[in-house]
Amino acid sequence: MTLRLPDALADEIRRHGETAYPAECCGAMVGRVEGAAKEVLRLSPAVNRRTDDPHRYLIAPDDLRRLEREVREAGQEIVGYYHSHPDHPARPSAFDAEHAWPWYSYLIVRIDRGRGVDMASWVLDDERPIMNPESLDVLSEV
Amino acid sequence: MSVTVSIPTPLRSFTGGRDAVAVVGTTVGQVLDELLAAHTGLKRHLVQDDGRLRTFVNLYLNDTDIRQLASTATPVTEGDVLTIVPSIAGGSPATETALPKLSHAEVLRYSRHLLLPEVGVEGQRKLKAARVLTIGAGGLGSPLSLYLAAAGVGTIGIVDFDVVDLTNLQRQIVHGTSTLGHSKLESAKARLTDLNPNVDIVGHEARLTSENALDIIRDYDIVVDGTDNFPTRYLVNDACVLLGKPNVYGSIFRFEGQASVFYAKEGPCYRCLYSEPPPPGLVPSCAEGGVLGVLPGIIGSIQALETIKWIIGAGDSLIGRLVLFDALKLRFRELKLRKDPSCPICGENPTIHELIDYQAFCGIGAEPDYAGVEIGVEDFRREREQKGDDLVLIDVREPHEWEIAHIDGARLIPLSQLPDRLGELDGHAEIVTHCHHGARSLKALEILRGAGFGKVRSLAGGIDAWAEQVEPGMARY
Repeated sequence: MTLRLPDALADEIRRHGETAYPAECCGAMVGRVEGAAKEVLRLSPAVNRRTDDPHRYLIAPDDLRRLEREVREAGQEIVGYYHSHPDHPARPSAFDAEHAWPWYSYLIVRIDRGRGVDMASWVLDDERPIMNPESLDVLSEV
Repeated sequence: MSVTVSIPTPLRSFTGGRDAVAVVGTTVGQVLDELLAAHTGLKRHLVQDDGRLRTFVNLYLNDTDIRQLASTATPVTEGDVLTIVPSIAGGSPATETALPKLSHAEVLRYSRHLLLPEVGVEGQRKLKAARVLTIGAGGLGSPLSLYLAAAGVGTIGIVDFDVVDLTNLQRQIVHGTSTLGHSKLESAKARLTDLNPNVDIVGHEARLTSENALDIIRDYDIVVDGTDNFPTRYLVNDACVLLGKPNVYGSIFRFEGQASVFYAKEGPCYRCLYSEPPPPGLVPSCAEGGVLGVLPGIIGSIQALETIKWIIGAGDSLIGRLVLFDALKLRFRELKLRKDPSCPICGENPTIHELIDYQAFCGIGAEPDYAGVEIGVEDFRREREQKGDDLVLIDVREPHEWEIAHIDGARLIPLSQLPDRLGELDGHAEIVTHCHHGARSLKALEILRGAGFGKVRSLAGGIDAWAEQVEPGMARY
């Protein structure tokens, strides 16, 4: 699948990561599935429930249930999640892969010394805990 | 009892796309077992190898987390809804030390490596974990980055700020005709990602300077120097010594190349070999002197080889050895290098403790002031129209360059022959010298002035500027 992300939302993710730096930010990507693509329509920034370690993030199940319900009522879906890697590459850590769910897109943005740089999207392989890169289309506003 | 199990989106491919499944059982544990028996694909995502639920899998019976009830022993009644709720967790690798695993696709991709006992699965995983910084995406950087990416080095950083130019493509094989005019970083990233999408290519679009070098290099395990100038070479060396990183060195000129590994912890550094840079202008750059396109392919490949060997810990490294390669004779020679105890940065009493001004150290910027002795191509064209043959134009390039292109009416006197051929020139004539880009021409000007010629100027930008601004039909090189 391809993850389609509007420009403005990519910027929003970058800014979220910059604000949270040096800790990690996290959130859900809400949208719909269009053929072989997941299209992101909006973001739902989450509260990082891990405050003990700046290199970890956790979205609590209660927060997620609430969001899931809200999203479904709007006829949409959670297509994936984003989080930041402060001063680390935009690729999944072993911990990310260990905790990943199938199908969801895991978008990672690298924050380099407080500044958002590149981002990449990953999907869990059938053979867990391997994650494969997923094609990411950042769409400019028309 | 029949219970409805609500399936979250990511798991629906294992339940035939259904978002809810009816399952019979008397406890949560039984319902779960039945569910997993009916939809076996769910198992590895929900349950650990020891049979317990994965930590990030949460089960809610109606509206309550089963951990607050009797866990999997919680009884269920007809019509209950059991919901699987994901926790979403992750994090950056800061607290990890274990080597990354290889996917099946990676195992296949690297199978020829895995067959070598010196590499094997462990070596390949070390490559995947490795972070290599290449300075420059040019002649050496091209083969080097291609081989490192193909070999599966997990993170490759590239420092470059240049754009792809037509004269690059004779040797800079990571770029292509389709990326002419693009930034070299962008061009290299596209090609390397196509070669191996598993590799993370990190671009540093900057000139490496004393201000940014430590910050850029700090994040990498090993540095490969593909620069073509002395200030950057000393800068890379000093930064690597100060940070304790190995520096895989290579350099090329015309038909000859050199390679070594400088690692001050275990051997000499670049300053132990060359304590002082050559005077500016003495050693021409590839742009001035030319280089056989395949030569950086050989030297850059040696650098890639040494980098890979260092990462996997195989074989004998080039630490303490300088390899000299002569392409025309096809001969490799080897010199032993020793650590210099009086080396100003890695010796017993170092005097350099931080990065310095490398432009000044290499004498750049300390050249004589040429303002007023140069003439722009447009001014020259106008003046020549007025004065005709009274304005003598001397081309100080080599005959084979003259063959490529020359300005009508110019006289060819190669720089090397100029001191012996001064007698051919009229000491009272107005003279303009020119070369390819303007550097040799300034040297010619010094020779002429030193010999007493008074009215001498040099064509700024050389024949290249002339071709660009005055005579667009002329071949450029």
